[in-house]
Amino acid sequence: MTTLTEAPLNDADGLLPSKKKSSGGGLGTYILVRFFLIIPTIFILVTLVFFLMRVIGDPITAAQGGRLPPEALAQRIHDAGYDRPILVQYLEYVGQVATGNFGTTITDRRPVVEMIITFGTATLELAINALIVALLVGIPLGLISAYKRDKAPDAVLRFFAILCYATPVFFAGLLMKLAFSVWLGWLPVAGRASTRTELAMGSLAAPTGIYWLDALRSGNMAAYGDVAAHSVLPALTLGLLTAGVFLRLVRTNVIGTLGKDYVEAGRSRGVSNYRLVTKHAYKPALIPIITVMGLQIALLLGGAVLTESTFEWKGLGYQLVQYLNARDFVAVQGIVVMLAVIVAVTNFIVDVVAALIDPRVRY
Amino acid sequence: MNATKVSGRKQPLFYRLPVISHFRSSVGLQRGMLVTGMVLAAVFLLVAVFAPWIAPYGFAQLSDAAGPFPTQQPPSPAHIWGTTVGGYDVYSRVLWGAQTAAVVIIVAVAMSIFLGVALGLVSGYFGGWLDRLLVVIADAIYAFPSLLLAIVMSIVISHGQSSFWGGIVACSISISVVFVPQYFRVIRAETIRLKAEPYVESAKVVGASSIRIMGRHIFKNATRTLPLIFTLNASEAILTLAGLGFLGFGIEPTSAAEWGYDLNKAIADASSGIWWTGVYPGTAIVLTVLGLTLVGESINDLNDPRLRGRKKAVAGKGGPDSTAGAQSALEAESRVL
Repeated sequence: MTTLTEAPLNDADGLLPSKKKSSGGGLGTYILVRFFLIIPTIFILVTLVFFLMRVIGDPITAAQGGRLPPEALAQRIHDAGYDRPILVQYLEYVGQVATGNFGTTITDRRPVVEMIITFGTATLELAINALIVALLVGIPLGLISAYKRDKAPDAVLRFFAILCYATPVFFAGLLMKLAFSVWLGWLPVAGRASTRTELAMGSLAAPTGIYWLDALRSGNMAAYGDVAAHSVLPALTLGLLTAGVFLRLVRTNVIGTLGKDYVEAGRSRGVSNYRLVTKHAYKPALIPIITVMGLQIALLLGGAVLTESTFEWKGLGYQLVQYLNARDFVAVQGIVVMLAVIVAVTNFIVDVVAALIDPRVRY
Repeated sequence: MNATKVSGRKQPLFYRLPVISHFRSSVGLQRGMLVTGMVLAAVFLLVAVFAPWIAPYGFAQLSDAAGPFPTQQPPSPAHIWGTTVGGYDVYSRVLWGAQTAAVVIIVAVAMSIFLGVALGLVSGYFGGWLDRLLVVIADAIYAFPSLLLAIVMSIVISHGQSSFWGGIVACSISISVVFVPQYFRVIRAETIRLKAEPYVESAKVVGASSIRIMGRHIFKNATRTLPLIFTLNASEAILTLAGLGFLGFGIEPTSAAEWGYDLNKAIADASSGIWWTGVYPGTAIVLTVLGLTLVGESINDLNDPRLRGRKKAVAGKGGPDSTAGAQSALEAESRVL
């Protein structure tokens, strides 16, 4: 939810050593240095989460305490190795995470990695849908806002952007449910698909878990429509949260490029204002948007947790809350670390893409 | 407020107070935004302070002299915004919720400012390995979804739920973990910049201790941006608190009224067309966040003399320096995004 205060802090200081140290090294070195910067980030988060979760005791007592007799509990703690010194456990955990082993959940005894893959696809689908909505809403409205700068449409759109930020996702979701599901009856209230569709897709040979693809592969148009109908409201809810940020960003950057000399030159040759915005000022303004998209991933994932709970969308966020309520901290730790990895890797990819598009970033 | 200092004419203290001076220097749409934000924020604060007197019932009250409250009752004269599935009065809980939110904001932001400023000053002033370590940690926390971090913290502190003050403190700490890195980064950057200023050098030469230099010479100059971060963070704190409450990691309903918790219960109601349990607390969140954000945004715009001057430049219709002014103003604005 760190939308509005993100960037001023970001470039307020010289905290990106890679961008300076790698000067003259070219793209390859830049990517390499940037890649190795991911590791300390992930390492710190793993350490932080590990010790925070252990402050409250071992995971087995947390999950099963009171339900098992003390001897059985002690036996299970011993079997799982939670009675060893915390540092030994920590080193072992770091070693496991480094090799991609996140342990086994306590409540339903599934490998954490398998659980993350199963539910991660749902979150991925939601995030992609939301990102599409955000771009489709944010970029055109941002262009309009820049085009009509300081006039009524601009004021309305800027207010809309702040409103997008000020509305918690679960309240936006609730309003949409009330409007589109309950009063108008157009769209389903919750879930990813109706039971019949899930059954139809379950018979597929190798389900991807991404319902859009599975429904397409099943060749069943009714299933496809059902999946589409279910994904509209969650995508809108989560998408609008990010759309506000994109709107403001596009507006600011387009207005910025509109002041550049080459745009002045175009204007002096009689190029229309509309054409200036859509052809000349638009593309250079997109570069910062790609950078900010990386920062939005954290916001998007945080929002996804809330959106999934609102719409019973069975993804990582929904599951995280279930495991939290069951006090299954192995699973929680796994999901949190996994999300940290996703955020770090996405930021890396975004930086590389930005460097590919804009050579100035490299130096 | 910088402008008044530079100009040399000392104005009365009242006019130099953050929001007042901003109001005086604003025009047109900007003034409208600031005033709207201030009104919303003032209403929020008034409700928070006077909730015990305005609210017809207690936040956990389930019955009065006329017997137990009906459950899920639509708005009626006795319960003007209806009742919830548990039989709480929605109107009363929304009013009391303002109090909870206000207390959490104040505790959380005060804690984060204190820690963030202290760490930022020390880190920026002394540098070295401590500085590097703190920067890497702050960056790692900063890149992480803040809500998840807050959830983990709230489990660690309170195992999920607790009493009024316990819950308030747990929520505030959870939220401040997210904010500390932000203050830290801003203050650290400013400190590094100020460290090289001649007056710091001369203080060193005179023999002032590090603590004195940090506390007296750097602190005052490095904290000028704090009112802005404060207002933006206050709105974020409300959203995080509501998010925690919504996921069930906030404060128990019998200890305090909390908008996020009420919305959680309202999601199930929405499916059966019961709108009053969700719409009122939700609107309360939106209006409060909106108010604080508008104030923050306006302060940000008005802090920058170039951004502030933009209206006049545009009104002048395209003089040669109107684009230049607007250009620099936009650069300033893009930093906010």
